[in-house]
Amino acid sequence: MTTNAFLQYCLTGISIGGIYALIAIGYTMVYGILRLINFAHGDIFMMAAYFMIFSMVNFTLPWYVSIVIVIGATIILGVVIEKLAYKPLRSAPRMSIMISAIGVSYFLQNVATYLFSALPKPYPAIGFLTKIISFGGISTSVVTFITPILTLGFVFILIQLINHTKIGMAMRAVSKDFETSQLMGIKINRVISFTFVIGCFLAAIGSILYFTPRPSVYPLAGSLPGLKCFIAAVFGGIGSVPGAVLGGFIIGLSETFIKAAGYSEFSDVFTFILLIVILLIKPTGLFGEKITEKV
Amino acid sequence: MKKFLALTMSAALMLSLAACGGSASNDGAAGDNAANDATATGVAIEGDTIKIGVFEPTTGENGGGGMQEVLGMRYANQMNPTVDINGTTYKIELVEVDNQSDKTAAVTAAQSLISSGVVAVLGSYGSGVSIAAGQTFADAQIPAMGASCTNPQVTLGNDFYFRTCFLDPFQGTVMASYAKEQGYTTAALISQNGDDYSTGLAAFFQQAFEGMGGTIVANETYQTNESDFNAILTTIKAANPDCIFAPSSIATATLLLPQAQANGITAQIIASDTWENETIISAAGSAAEGVALSTFFDEHDDTNPVAKEFVEGFKAYLNSNPQNLTSNGGSDGVAAVSALGYDAYMSIYEALKSLDGSDALNSVALRDALKTSSFTGVTGAISFDENGDAIKNVAYIKQIKDGKFNFLKTQSAE
Repeated sequence: MTTNAFLQYCLTGISIGGIYALIAIGYTMVYGILRLINFAHGDIFMMAAYFMIFSMVNFTLPWYVSIVIVIGATIILGVVIEKLAYKPLRSAPRMSIMISAIGVSYFLQNVATYLFSALPKPYPAIGFLTKIISFGGISTSVVTFITPILTLGFVFILIQLINHTKIGMAMRAVSKDFETSQLMGIKINRVISFTFVIGCFLAAIGSILYFTPRPSVYPLAGSLPGLKCFIAAVFGGIGSVPGAVLGGFIIGLSETFIKAAGYSEFSDVFTFILLIVILLIKPTGLFGEKITEKV
Repeated sequence: MKKFLALTMSAALMLSLAACGGSASNDGAAGDNAANDATATGVAIEGDTIKIGVFEPTTGENGGGGMQEVLGMRYANQMNPTVDINGTTYKIELVEVDNQSDKTAAVTAAQSLISSGVVAVLGSYGSGVSIAAGQTFADAQIPAMGASCTNPQVTLGNDFYFRTCFLDPFQGTVMASYAKEQGYTTAALISQNGDDYSTGLAAFFQQAFEGMGGTIVANETYQTNESDFNAILTTIKAANPDCIFAPSSIATATLLLPQAQANGITAQIIASDTWENETIISAAGSAAEGVALSTFFDEHDDTNPVAKEFVEGFKAYLNSNPQNLTSNGGSDGVAAVSALGYDAYMSIYEALKSLDGSDALNSVALRDALKTSSFTGVTGAISFDENGDAIKNVAYIKQIKDGKFNFLKTQSAE
């Protein structure tokens, strides 16, 4: 392996890892607040891609307007899902709400198949993102290069928000103890909605970064990335934002290097083995908090 | 009372299940007996309608190309809707099913065709699904006519499967000959794991290319529905081949080409018949420029009057309905698979015509008629060898230039 090839693999791995990290944050934050694994998250990511096709191809809006619309529509979709499918089940056992999430996931996939057909649709190209840059012997598109930078930027802002604002404090309180924080006067529904807003915002950004260099969208396009990001979140310790980010990067890099070594058929196998191993050895993940049973 | 009701219901359910199981196994036994019986007749032609099944993917990975093949068949049916046998005019009806580009769904789709009483089947686009359903058609003794399924396994050892196109060993050799003639000495392969079409072609190309003194410097594979090819492209770039042979689906092509361009790969990319689809040009844009591929047919080839007539008529058919244009990738370019779909229908049609004067009107007689049939189709003279493969010796090489498929040359295998 030459140095150039090695650097190119690293860049590819970090880039896809960055996207996994953005989506994994959505899983981990919702879990932190609601103790719910939002299985529909990967499909929200897929729907965001269709929103982009709609605004750029069908309504021929310029890309900067489209990005705003995509982010807005994705957030609305996420919050509506929360209000319709999760909120009525808030006092139900945790299993019910998880089954509801699986239902939403299948619902979104089938609605997309019904509305947009199962044929892959080309994702619109955003001019400056698809430009090709090369330095040394490495050649890549702008989007691959800026993905990890954007990811780290958003994570930094998110951590500031969680640690230094009032709503962030409320979120931390809710994730520590749902009922007590409610008794202390925290508007629980607002906090939950806000969590979904953040998760969907990052999913929309992740969707733009993911589909620009892989311009083909079909109704199941979100299911495998969604599963991988869920594993990233579990691996890093579900409920922990830095954990999800680290998990995303680790999965992205390991996947790329396994493919690079010529074992592309094992790249997904490895990701799922990682899930089993971490669940056996350290079920709370790398940065997961210790669960102390309250009596 | 409730308990009693529940008991009765479950008893009724058990009984009906048992009944289903029983009848299913009886059917199976009957099928086996029929297969062993020397005087088997398959499905008889009755009434005044002949049903022909269209076994094609219209969704899934190969949905786009499959749809183009269906268009060719529908057009053929529109042009030749009836056939006269023994003084009776039979109306030919197409029964379409979607095999979803999926080997499991393909078998179910094949069974649904059989139960709807078809006497022959057309398709499928994609060799994997054809191989998967081949036994089902053979068991029911219904002849199947593949249009563009190029893997040898489709017809090998299956007395009921025919096809109107050339085979992968031929196509792989043709592309290797082309690469050699262009002066390429090193090549890289990209193929899809577990896909008979893709891995088959890659293997035949490798065999032929190495036989001609070339070297395969990288042999990379990817998973079904993979969307990220950066890692394997980096490996290929490091190996620095003269050309890259990437037999794959249309969906893969639209992802692979832009990523190859982004990775700064300048090697010539060559591919196989599947890539002859306008979607690739519209989705990959400048990244598709220069790609060369082999195909079955060229619409500008005017040496064959049947082809000329077909191209004119088919273009009018496409333009008559906006839905047809959309299914054809938004243009009225005639894809090779549409021409093959037309020929597949016509070969069954010619065989049906030849049944005139015979008293055995059934699917086995139809199969026997196919074995000896010979006619001029859109893609050249068509007759079948002992495996049921159309005898062909030339492929068309096309290259994408200025956003169009341009005919480059005809290429025979060395």
